Parts: sequence; structure tokens; C-alpha cells
Amino acid sequence: MTAISSETPLSTTATSTPPPQRTLAQEARTRSIQRWKQRNLILGGSLILLLVLIALFAQFIAPYGPQDTDYTARLAPPGTGHLFGTDNLGRDIFSRVIWGAQIDLQVGIISVIPPFIIGVFLGCLTGYYGGRLDTIVMRITDVIQAFPFLILIIAIVAVLGTGLTSIYLAVALVAWVSYARLLRGEILVARNQEYVDAARSMGASDARVIGKHILPNVITSSIVFATTDIVLYIVLVTSLSYLGLAARPPSPEWGAMITEGRTYMASAWWISVFPGLAVIVTGIAFSIFGDGLADAMRARRR
Amino acid sequence: MNRGQFVVRRLVQMIPVLLGVTLVVFGLLQLIPGDPASAMLGMQARPESLAALRESLGLDRPLWEQYLRYVGDVARLDLGESLKFKVPVAPLLVDRLEVSLALIVYATVLMIVISLPLGIISALRKDGIFDQVTRLVLMVTLVMPAFWLGIIFLTYFSLKLKLFPVSGYGDTWPEHLHHLFLPALTIALSITPMLVRALRTSILETMSSDFVRTARAKGLRERAVTTAHVLRNALIPAVTLLGLSVGYLLGGTVIVENVFSLPGAGKLLVDAIAARDYPLVQSTVLVFAFFVIAINLLTDLVYTFLDPRVRL
Repeated sequence: MTAISSETPLSTTATSTPPPQRTLAQEARTRSIQRWKQRNLILGGSLILLLVLIALFAQFIAPYGPQDTDYTARLAPPGTGHLFGTDNLGRDIFSRVIWGAQIDLQVGIISVIPPFIIGVFLGCLTGYYGGRLDTIVMRITDVIQAFPFLILIIAIVAVLGTGLTSIYLAVALVAWVSYARLLRGEILVARNQEYVDAARSMGASDARVIGKHILPNVITSSIVFATTDIVLYIVLVTSLSYLGLAARPPSPEWGAMITEGRTYMASAWWISVFPGLAVIVTGIAFSIFGDGLADAMRARRR
Repeated sequence: MNRGQFVVRRLVQMIPVLLGVTLVVFGLLQLIPGDPASAMLGMQARPESLAALRESLGLDRPLWEQYLRYVGDVARLDLGESLKFKVPVAPLLVDRLEVSLALIVYATVLMIVISLPLGIISALRKDGIFDQVTRLVLMVTLVMPAFWLGIIFLTYFSLKLKLFPVSGYGDTWPEHLHHLFLPALTIALSITPMLVRALRTSILETMSSDFVRTARAKGLRERAVTTAHVLRNALIPAVTLLGLSVGYLLGGTVIVENVFSLPGAGKLLVDAIAARDYPLVQSTVLVFAFFVIAINLLTDLVYTFLDPRVRL
């Protein structure tokens, strides 16, 4: 606060020229920040790639199997032999976190696909054609958005029965609304633009206008949204596991691991803390990637 | 249009949404694979009790009739009887909602207390050290599973340092505030990132608007420009976001009430699921949705007070 209020306020001396505060050094800094932001895309992308590789090659990376027990080393603290320590059954936490990546990444990435496809499809139709279909779909989105997301998902999973398939179904039923709304809005703007008129006047079919001309121009925001959604779904599945609605012990799913370690939290914190950190690292990787993507999109629009 | 008419119009607009919400909640029971009655009572249930439950849920009637009956019951605030607790659902829910509401209000207050300074300083010192560090920390709290943080808080502050109670809600208000602090903080921390981000963007946008330039041009001190012009206008979108975050808050209560063993509606929902008490699950979800709709209406109203430019 002090630095800003001590600056000379813009007075009559600086009427038409840009604010004098913006020195060359500051502009250079802005430019370096811009470059740093572009790095987000690469940094986030590489982190995600690394995580995916870890999940794919878990059997070569993890020193132990997810259910291998070593009764001589129960509740061993992190250190030599067991990098992240062991749990009450002597299972290696580091290995289980690696194996867990298979489940959590898979859930995060697969969950996002059905709502993305349904939402983009309905968003295209409603945004391009409007009319009665638009009214009906938008009223449905109003209703679904009236529910707290987590609570509706919990309720659907509860009636469908515990398990990952139920989660995919529940997310597909609920999460498409955001994509439909987002894309509908973008298409409402895009459909009146010259390039769309041009395509239409050249005799392109509706499907071609939407698929070949409009969609490539408007889809990026939905993709950015999807990357943040992946984080949401990973946190979702861990939370559902905690509530006993997703993966159950002895599954090395991160949420199930945190839940299992809860009883030992006071004496052996590592059982729950490391899988939680795994969620955070994964979440940050996708967040950085999403930010980078959003920046890249903004830069291209400008 | 005056404010009264605005409220009436918004209430009328709400009717289809409310009906849609009841339809979704009613439909939940239809999603149960197989027979809902045997799903609730289990495989070993006697045929007589199965028949009685089917009868009381009206499962032998056609679907549209079941739905009409359900809407009629809801309109009369009759939410049926809980299978698990063997008491009427409505008073049970009211009882539990008190805890959840206290938790939500508490979390909202904490959220504002944390977000306001962070958002303002981050915006005023855009891309400075404070801004960068805040962004980094908030990136972590945004993706952190709330129950994990809750477990850590519980272990460290309640079990080890004994600063806070381990479970329960207490009897008096000072006790409630003491009991609910960690749960409310856990929820607040998971939503704060969104609020800070919105606040920061909103302040930055306002700072580059014409009336702020005018304020500077007429020689106002920077501090006066920030408080009287920028903040007053930048806070309006943040209020809307606060209203919109009520859904996340409710989701947070479900998780946090279970971590901290609080007797709220969120814990009731999870207990009801575990007991396969589907009528109770239905009613809890319904009440949560109605709550969100009510808060959204309230947000719209507050908005008209805050921003005189909004035409009703």
C-alpha cells in the first residue's frame, strides 16, 4: 500500500502520455512474466507427462507391489529402505502412492470425457439453432446447477452403488451442464461473425459450419475448463473414497490410503500425508497446464 | 419495476426450477438398480415388510402418480419418515441444519476475512512477491482434498496441541464457535482461492477503468482512489461469487462434518446413505438444493442494493 500511495498521483503534467510509472524496467519485467507464463504450458505439460509415465510404468518404478506386506517393518518411518515409510501392515507407502497414480489419474482423465462430449454436443446444437431445444436444455441446466455439485454426485453414486463406474455415470449426468453453457455462449457470439457467414454463403452444410469453422475457434475455453475439471474429479474420487463410496481399502487409491492411515495419524503421519501430497502435486500439474493453456489462448486472441 | 415486483417475478421464475429439482430428487429413487424396497431393507427382509415399504412409498402406483404424490407431500412439508431413525424427516433435518448453517456462516466469515486482504494486496502489488507467493499457496489449497486437510488439522491442533475439541458441537454459542473453528477454516481454505482470484481480477479491471483515471486526474490521493473508487466497485462481483459459492460450501460441510463428527445435515446425508435410508437421502438433497436456490435469490437482491446501476 505504501509504495503506491507514495507515488505522485497522476496530475496535469501527465494528461495524454501513458502513466510515467511504467518505466522501461517495468515493461521488461512484464515481458519476462509473459514469457514465464508461456513456460506454464510446458512446465505443466511435462509434469502431467511425467505423472502419466509413472502411472503407466508403476510396476517398474515401484520397489514393492501395492499389497506386499513386510511384517518386520510395520509403521516404519520414512527413510532408507522405505522412502515414504510403511503402514500398519508393513506395506511400502512410496510404492502404493505410485500404484495409486494409476487409479487416480485414470479416474480424473476418464471422468472428464463423457461430460465434455455431451456438453460440447448440446452446446453446439443449442447455441447454433436456438429455439425450443435451446429452451429445454437450458432449463435442464438450471435445475442441475441448483444442486450443490458434490451432493448431487454423492446422492447419485449412493443410489447406483459404490464404485468407479457409478462415479463415471454420475459425473456424466451432472457435469455436462458447464460445458453446454460455456460452449453455447461462445457459439452465440461466433455464429454472427463474418467467417461463419462466408462459410454458409459458400454452401457449407450446418454440420460443416459448426464442426469445421466454428468449433475450432471456440473449443479452447472448454479444453481449459476440462483441465481444471480433471483436478476436481481427482479430488472428488479421493473424497468419495473417504466417505466409503469409491475405492475401498486395500486399494492403493490415494483417498482410500488417506482414509486407512487416519487412525495412525498421530503416531505415523506418513501413511496419510504422502498420498495427500500426491493429490496436490497432480492437482498443481493440471492447474499450471490449464493456466498456461488459458494464457496461450488469450495471447492468440489478441 | 420496484423491488417488490422484482422479488415476485424472481419467485415465479423459480417455480419451474423448483419443480425440476423435485423431479430430479424423485428420479434418484428410480436410479436404484432393481427394486428400491429390497435395496433399502436388504436381501434378508421378510416379504411382509417389503410389501409394507412398497405400499408406504407408493411403489405399486404408476410413476406419474408417485411423482404427483411426492410433490404434494413436499409442498405440505411432509418429507416422510426416516427408515433408520424411525422419526419424521422434516424435524430431524431442521435440527441438523442448524449445525450446518452455523458452519456455513462461520466458514463464509473466515473466507471473507482471509480473502479480502489477500485479494486487495495481490491486486495492488500485481506480479510482486506477495502476489506470486499468494498465488502459489492458493494453488495448493485449491487442489488439496478438504478431508485430508481436516484430518491433519484434527490430529495436530486437537489431538496433539489440544487447542480444539476432537468432535461434537458443544452446547453454548462460545462453545459452538470453538468447536466449529477448525471445520469452518477447512472449508474456507478450499474456497478462498476462487474468491481471491476473482477479487484480484475485479480490482485490476476496475483500476484500468475510465472513472478511476478521472479520479486520479482530478488529483485525488492514491489511497482515496483505491478505497472510495476502486474497492467499492470491485467488491460487487465478489459478492456475487460469494453467493454462487454456497454450493461449494454445502459440499464442504458434507466432507468436514464427517471428518470432525459434527451432527449436521451433511453427516446425516452420509449416515443415511450408509443405512440405505433413501427417503432421508432424497429429502436431504432436496433441502440442500432449495437452500442453494434461496441463497441465489438473496444474492440477486443484495446485488440490487449494492449496485444502483442494476435495473430491476
